[in-house]
Amino acid sequence: MPGKLKARIVAGRHLPVMDRASDLTDAFVEVKFGNTTFKTDVCPKSLNPQWNSEWFKFEVDDEDLQDEPLQVTVLDHDTYSANDAIGKVYIDIDPLLCSEAASVISGWFPIYDTIHGIRGEINVLVKVELFNDLNRFRQSSCGVKFFCTTSIPRCYRAAMVHGFVEELVVNEDPEYQWIDRIRTPRASNEARQRLISLMSGELQRKIGLKVLEMGGNAVVGYLQCFDLEGESGLVVRAIGTACTLDKLSSGSAPNTNTHMHPNTAPASNACNSPSKDGKEPVFGEDLLSSSGPPTPFRALPTSSSSPPPFSPSKPCSRQSSSSDTDLSLTPKTGMGSGGSAGKEAGPLKTLLRQQTQTALEQREFPFFTLTSFPPGFLVHVGGVVSARSVKLLDRIHNPDEPETRDAWWEEIRQEIKSHAKALGCHAVVGYSESTSICEEVCILSASGTAAILNPRYMREGCLDMGITDHRFEEPSPPSCGFCHIPYDELNMPFPAQLTYCYHCRRQKVPDVLFTTIDLPPEAAVTGKGCLIQARLCRLKKKAQGEVNATAISNLLPFMEYELHTQLMNKLKLRSMNALFGLHIQISVGENMLLGLASATGVYLTALPAPGGIQIAGKTPGDLSNEQHILTIQKRINDTIAKNKELYQINPPELTEEVVGSPIPDPRQRSRLFRSHSESSDEVSELDLSHGKKDAFVLEIDDTDAVEDIHSLLTDAPTPTGFYSCNTEVMPGIYNWTSGVQMFTSVRVLRLSNANLTNQGLNKIFTDLCENLLKSFYFKLRSMIPCCLCRLNFTVAVPEEELIQVAVTAVAMTFDKDQTQEKPAEKAITKGCSETEDQLQFPLELCADASSANNQPSSKISGVPETTNVSSRAASVDYGSFADRCSTWLELLRLKAHTIRRGSVKTSRRTQSLAHSVSSLDRSSPLPEGRSRSLRSNRSFAGGSVTVVKMTPLSFLPGTRIIKYLGIINMFFIRETSSLREEGGVSGFLHSFIAEVFAMVRAHVAALGGNAVVSYSMKECVFMENPNKNQAQCLINVSGDAVICVRETDQEPIPSMTNIGQTCTSGTDGAT
Amino acid sequence: MAVELDVFVGNTTIMDEEVYQLWLDGYTVNDAVKVRMEGGVMEECEASADVLLSDTMDQYRTFQMCERLLHSPAKLANQLLFQIPPNRQAILIERYYAFDDAFVREVLGKKLSKGTKKDLDDIGAKTGVTLKSCRRQFDNFKRVFKVVEELKGPLVENIRQHFLLSDKLARDYAAIVFFANNRFETGKRKLQYLTFQDFAFCAGQLINNWTVGAVDNMVEDMDVDLDKEFLQELKELKILITDKDLLDQHKSLVCTALRGKTKAFNEMEANFKNLSRGLINIAAKLTNTKDVRDFFIDLVEKFIEPCRSDRWTAADMKLYLTHYTNSAHILDTFKHQVVWDRYMGVIKSCIFKMYHD
Repeated sequence: MPGKLKARIVAGRHLPVMDRASDLTDAFVEVKFGNTTFKTDVCPKSLNPQWNSEWFKFEVDDEDLQDEPLQVTVLDHDTYSANDAIGKVYIDIDPLLCSEAASVISGWFPIYDTIHGIRGEINVLVKVELFNDLNRFRQSSCGVKFFCTTSIPRCYRAAMVHGFVEELVVNEDPEYQWIDRIRTPRASNEARQRLISLMSGELQRKIGLKVLEMGGNAVVGYLQCFDLEGESGLVVRAIGTACTLDKLSSGSAPNTNTHMHPNTAPASNACNSPSKDGKEPVFGEDLLSSSGPPTPFRALPTSSSSPPPFSPSKPCSRQSSSSDTDLSLTPKTGMGSGGSAGKEAGPLKTLLRQQTQTALEQREFPFFTLTSFPPGFLVHVGGVVSARSVKLLDRIHNPDEPETRDAWWEEIRQEIKSHAKALGCHAVVGYSESTSICEEVCILSASGTAAILNPRYMREGCLDMGITDHRFEEPSPPSCGFCHIPYDELNMPFPAQLTYCYHCRRQKVPDVLFTTIDLPPEAAVTGKGCLIQARLCRLKKKAQGEVNATAISNLLPFMEYELHTQLMNKLKLRSMNALFGLHIQISVGENMLLGLASATGVYLTALPAPGGIQIAGKTPGDLSNEQHILTIQKRINDTIAKNKELYQINPPELTEEVVGSPIPDPRQRSRLFRSHSESSDEVSELDLSHGKKDAFVLEIDDTDAVEDIHSLLTDAPTPTGFYSCNTEVMPGIYNWTSGVQMFTSVRVLRLSNANLTNQGLNKIFTDLCENLLKSFYFKLRSMIPCCLCRLNFTVAVPEEELIQVAVTAVAMTFDKDQTQEKPAEKAITKGCSETEDQLQFPLELCADASSANNQPSSKISGVPETTNVSSRAASVDYGSFADRCSTWLELLRLKAHTIRRGSVKTSRRTQSLAHSVSSLDRSSPLPEGRSRSLRSNRSFAGGSVTVVKMTPLSFLPGTRIIKYLGIINMFFIRETSSLREEGGVSGFLHSFIAEVFAMVRAHVAALGGNAVVSYSMKECVFMENPNKNQAQCLINVSGDAVICVRETDQEPIPSMTNIGQTCTSGTDGAT
Repeated sequence: MAVELDVFVGNTTIMDEEVYQLWLDGYTVNDAVKVRMEGGVMEECEASADVLLSDTMDQYRTFQMCERLLHSPAKLANQLLFQIPPNRQAILIERYYAFDDAFVREVLGKKLSKGTKKDLDDIGAKTGVTLKSCRRQFDNFKRVFKVVEELKGPLVENIRQHFLLSDKLARDYAAIVFFANNRFETGKRKLQYLTFQDFAFCAGQLINNWTVGAVDNMVEDMDVDLDKEFLQELKELKILITDKDLLDQHKSLVCTALRGKTKAFNEMEANFKNLSRGLINIAAKLTNTKDVRDFFIDLVEKFIEPCRSDRWTAADMKLYLTHYTNSAHILDTFKHQVVWDRYMGVIKSCIFKMYHD
């Protein structure tokens, strides 16, 4: 009997009229948990009933607490006939099971019915008392925190990142059960909602267990998905990254500060180590201080075993079983390892690193669902790795056996892992998995970014090892280090042109970099970024079973290739050289495949400037053709020039200068480092040849190619005042203001023409996406200047002739004036970094500068960096703030805040306040609980509704997240048999999405929160039958409920920054 | 290729005020798109007609979904479906309850019944207001009427609290309710020159001075029904015209005061008895519901028209009525000072308001 769940039904409001005769309702409520049901009294003849029920107590296992939702059903009492259900509320009580999240759920919940939507609201209070010792859980995993956020949540610190966790559960879909034939669709939809709620609870619990087994206490980047496989069942699967998170308190603040200031580290590194670097080749005894971790990594057995040349984007799809043989079905092995490594002393660090390195590689899947990382975590990035596999669903004879699906995913993950290895990387970051199902064919996809990580975070107690460690391990400047190639340049996994890094000039970088992660905040970027999309349609013949699957898997490589080419061309057209947040979705329909690749293009300062695009005709003699080519070429050149201006990309001159004027220096240095990195002379020649960039040649040999080029050019530029990206924030914009508008938009297009060609379809699909973007710009024009962030497009082919695109994104305003200042500042930075380059070198050569001299020297060389990063931190990087701010000042402010809030209360509120405080005394002591109860009363008494902001990002500009209240993971089904009356399909879906938002907001408010971060709509399955006047829609959304406070609440930001910085320099100097 | 479904939903409900107005004005989606295109919004944001259409449809849908809530504005504040900032809510409500003066002028004083509603297309055609907009406005009147009908307390305050309207709009609604309840005749040709605002002002005067609420503020319908006792007492004023001495005395007092102060003195002197009879007869007849309905037409026929034909200026009118009212106090045999003041106070300000072209 480990837990007691208590629920109280307070009141209802805005109930629908259930009795036509009296225009009133006799409502009562059933509260159900597990198999226990309680009922309130009937509140006769009222649309705003006051039940004020007693506390209904459920004594249950904590396992059930995790799996089951609390079901609240509102009914209309009928003396003679059966009681009519008004609607239901499912309350996920998981947030109450974690001591750090919410302590009480209290508020108005929309009463939801699958047919009628929201029908009034009900005020419910829920509490949980856990009896047993938190350490003794076996079946349950209460206390493990879940975050959708794909970065270390602000106000936490990662003590350790354990790694990949995954789980899936399978069940029969109630909709496809035999009973569905006799029961109403409503009943079967309700059964479905209940089942999925249960399954996600179970899944979360199981993942939690794995995390506990690994020694972690949280899952970050938790991604849960449903596969509606139809007759073969319902799969709920989830992946995430297990971590040990420490809540930041005033005590731990200084420690983290140093981690938040990576910029000091490279500076000291720069004047500290290079002299040794210069003299010593590689594997010296002082390797720990040398700046070449890639080299030791490369020397590792696994990566040096010359892997087969896989291309990063090489599609690896197969129809049925894979040839991979090493399918160990116990993913737990080797995952919690590396524990002992942390205690070693300094001199053995190389060895130790190798150990952890191997430890990481021993893990079955060194995958991380995170997309942004603590500074220093990400060492190098190799490129995108992806794998797809086509499966036949009807092949599964036993749908209750999750092993089949486990094996499928296992197979794909192995493939990803081997791709990463081929890129010389030992880990995959920004990892995600998805499926697309059409009838019995299912495409499983996984993608991520191959990377080399700093093993520090994989070890126990790593962060307590001190700053020295931190400094020495910093391999290369964070602003470019991640761009340096992780693979062996002699043994390149794919053809790429390498150059020396344009930023540090010490390591090799590729000409183009594709990743699935967010742009590291410390990365040096020129100009602004923009959303780049590649869109593709491919017709396929209708087929069944294996034939169909074969056809699809044959098409996939071509689609991936074409998407890749499109991306590359569009990237060049914008004069950019890197993609972040790349997400390629391939969706299967009965007679076509849709491919949509979205990414945010940027110009990484460290990478070479992209060459232009040159058009070449196949038939030279033809004059008119040549003329044509010339005009196209001109258009392309104009577009490139225009884009450069638009995105403020103006580096070539600068870099040219760097290359040009101090010629001896870089060359000399390149030679120095060449020997260091064991590169051959050929490579240096290759480097030199790169001085004059070759243009990217596009050949026009047929009409298709012409069409392709045209479509390249038809991408409309974003209107003035708008920017867009699919990453967390826009590279190049740093001064967000508080305007935030999250939105979801869905469009379905019916293809009326049956004889469409691939080209025609492509055009339609491209227009669909472009028009959607145009619509957004128009609708949000009042927010200018503004940026659409985390634009997340999802495509589907719900029926034969339908294309559905669903988009969720957030529009955020920013301060224009400062942006205009920014480029100037940037230019200065650039200029300085140039001088830095020049300055640094002499400094490096006469590197007598001891570690005690760090501070001043870092000022000379690192000043522009520092200003840049810190000003960025002031506006964008709340993580660093939240962390730095958790000093006593912070606490003071918080207290002031709660007190202020408390003083507004009315007498009635005070009453309930006293009540909840006393009850809290029992469950959780400490002032924290107090503030919570104060807050919970706010939503209780007032008539007005708490404003809940929602954003797909992990933060809200201008605010600080002070508390994570738990994960929001909701699943709704809505159906109608009066489609026309509800405004047609658009009216139906419009109100449904609005209802989903409302329910998310209500749940967040009831937890005491005022915002949802990392919000996403995972699923939006819409089906209609206009002939029957019917439609049905399924939506699954998730996010993290948080409390955030205005950043500028009392103390001005600069003072905080100063405090943080003095702290940093203080600790830095001390060491 | 047809867009089968197209929705855009913001966490904070996005509403364009211009589109809202078009919706309120009863424009169809296509007409609204045309108006917006002419308004030049397309150039503003490099939009195309498709974009505009899609946006207009979205907004129209949003408004339609909101409409149910706007019917009881208090709900808008604590509903959960749409997250609308409070200032926006206020705008939505205020605009929804706003009406066209031309339209309201047509239905003022009419019974807010189904019969009237059937005539709305005629009214729409006459006033140039779309039928849809007419219906909304009519339904608003009716809704407000029904709600305040059963409430105690001051009319304007009730309207303001129940419908969260601005003070000005609440007063206008009070006037509409008051006129509808008492069925004042406003449609006659002779009254056509009067605007809604003229009537609204008069209604305010009547509500504040002649209703039950003017003396007792906790009765039902207090601001809607005229004070019966007062109307009864008004009969006593007849003495001013039936008693010849009193009439003469009154006239001489007024004429003495006016002499030399106005060009229209001669006409005033000549018409005094007629005008006084007119006003007192109106007062005396107000016990009949029929005559209450004709209150405004009587005022115009019995007083305003004669004065106008004599070319009184507004200042003349003011002067005359002031002295006419005040002189009665000096009459020693006239005992009904209180009733007289209550009556004349309203008559005076109504006539001031109504005396224009």
